[in-house]
Amino acid sequence: ETQTKCGTISLFSHLHQYSRKAPLTQQLSIPSTVIHPSIVRLGLQYSQGIVVGSNARSVALLHAFKQVIRDYTTPPNEELARDLVNKLKPYISFLNQCRPLSASMGNAIKYIKKEISNIPSQFKEEEAKTKLQKCIDCYINENVVLAAKAISKYAIKKISDGDVILVYGCSSLVNHILCEAYDKSRKFRVIVVDSRPRLEGREALRRLVQRGISCTYVLISALSYILPEVSKVFLGAHALLANGYVMSRVGTSQIALVARTFNVPVLVCCETYKFCERVQTDSFVSNELDDPDDLMVTRKGKTQLENWHDVSSLGLLNLVYDVTPPDFVDLVITDLGMIPCTSVPVVLRVKNLEQ
Amino acid sequence: MEASPQLVEYFRTQMRTDPDMASAVAAIRTLLEFLRRDKGETILGLRESLKWATDCLTEVDSSVAVSSGGELFLRFISLTSLEHQDLSRCKKVMEERGELFLEKISLSRTKVAKLCHTFIKDGAKILTHSSSRVVLRVLEKAAAEKKRFTVYVTESQPDTAGKQMADALRRLNVPVTVVLDAAVGYVLEKVDLVIVGAEGVVESGGIINKIGTYQMAVCSKAHNKPFYVVAESFKFVRLYPLNQQDVPDRFKYKADTLRTVSDLSDEHPMIDYTPPSLITLLFTDLGVLTPSAVSDELIKLYL
Repeated sequence: ETQTKCGTISLFSHLHQYSRKAPLTQQLSIPSTVIHPSIVRLGLQYSQGIVVGSNARSVALLHAFKQVIRDYTTPPNEELARDLVNKLKPYISFLNQCRPLSASMGNAIKYIKKEISNIPSQFKEEEAKTKLQKCIDCYINENVVLAAKAISKYAIKKISDGDVILVYGCSSLVNHILCEAYDKSRKFRVIVVDSRPRLEGREALRRLVQRGISCTYVLISALSYILPEVSKVFLGAHALLANGYVMSRVGTSQIALVARTFNVPVLVCCETYKFCERVQTDSFVSNELDDPDDLMVTRKGKTQLENWHDVSSLGLLNLVYDVTPPDFVDLVITDLGMIPCTSVPVVLRVKNLEQ
Repeated sequence: MEASPQLVEYFRTQMRTDPDMASAVAAIRTLLEFLRRDKGETILGLRESLKWATDCLTEVDSSVAVSSGGELFLRFISLTSLEHQDLSRCKKVMEERGELFLEKISLSRTKVAKLCHTFIKDGAKILTHSSSRVVLRVLEKAAAEKKRFTVYVTESQPDTAGKQMADALRRLNVPVTVVLDAAVGYVLEKVDLVIVGAEGVVESGGIINKIGTYQMAVCSKAHNKPFYVVAESFKFVRLYPLNQQDVPDRFKYKADTLRTVSDLSDEHPMIDYTPPSLITLLFTDLGVLTPSAVSDELIKLYL
């Protein structure tokens, strides 16, 4: 019996089961009326897939928090430092129910909570609010904007003329690096690998072709066909785990595995704020399930799998993330420099010391 | 700037007077002397001229260790509070730290030998590549501890440096055989362990060493023999090659070749890169490290 309920796969039954059919706000346990409107909007944007990508989600979250802080007034007999943190808790659970939080969002939230609780009690409300907004801007600037510049600087050293670079899906950081390298007159061409059902590679393809970079587009099933031509593989990451595993869009570990077999170097680009203390060795323990109805495809008027709910022994699985072991990754480029995958705990330790 | 030929002359004299000294140690002695003689007016100017001096020395001897040693020297002496008003006081502090650095690294070979010789068991058969003074020191220590072992050395073309190693070992009364570079796979089944030196240790935990080391590492992996690397910590360099092609040309060829030859595609590279997956352990004066720990040590040294 691989099925418990209709459509639930027992191996993934511990994860939140997904369906886009019912409107989100009806399903939630927290009424959306007590949530700040910018947070409600953000939650809907997450769940509908309008805001996607690790960086985009954390930046959108921080902007929404700035709005919340702007509209916040301290109730009488309350301290801003403690009350604001308590106010943020239901917002975070709401967002978690809309779509599970990413590692980058988790780190951003930790940073905000720390900044809020460190506000000295003698600060007036206006002062405190301005300070917090400045902190948020500073965080975004350092960890996303400047980090991208630093990573591009290191990554461009690894791109030589005549390279054929393979990328997977749409990573904002990898696209940034390739555009920068092209602006610095490096001669290379790109192969964009894409996979269903999200087909995010098309967005990457659009951005790169617009710049003038010559690109090839293949689906992931053609990977072993195209790899003999490839000189390097650049991958983005959703998070880097403490044991050196790379958590990224599903399909990344497949690319890394096949690239290793063909002896093609695999480079992962990741900002340090996405490093998390979690440890995971497989993709089952903690993952995200997306809408299984996305796997249905309509061609020539016929929709395959239309009535999959009626077939009791059939389940559809749409995973979002997978983990890649450090043996398949040759190099991780971060804003602190180029490190091997096994040195992630050292970076975490150095960052903790700085704080 | 001036004094470039003096610098080079001092460096060459250092190398001549003590042939056992590593070229990086000679370079650091030269840099210390340069620091003493420098008549700069600002700290920034001092740093600039030290960097320039290191570049001059890499033009004379293009090995990785000279460039990494120079950079580490510069970092070590600047890693102190230079807030004194008086420039000569600052210079004095930097000179003292420079001498401290030199002292530390002169002892590094002894530390490495002390750590490594315990891994050589009585009756062991060792394979080594080309001529490495650190490996020689390790084997000297093992022989001094009354261990009996035999050594196979590769001839190591194109400069047949292996023969020098063999001569040095014969003087220690160690039974030694010189084998062809092509005979590494043949001889590996007889051998218990492989020990090589390194010209540079890179960020990934891999090493840069005389050409032929990569082959030896691949064969050792295939035969499941431990592949040990002995290197002093000043050889740690901030390079991260992805494959053989990715090693910069300025390290691959001798300094004279780089100056005289315009088309390098006909030249034979003098070094190759061994990835960390093929290395069992690295013996350094910072301790016995696994290849993945090298990056941790580098972060500590450089950050």
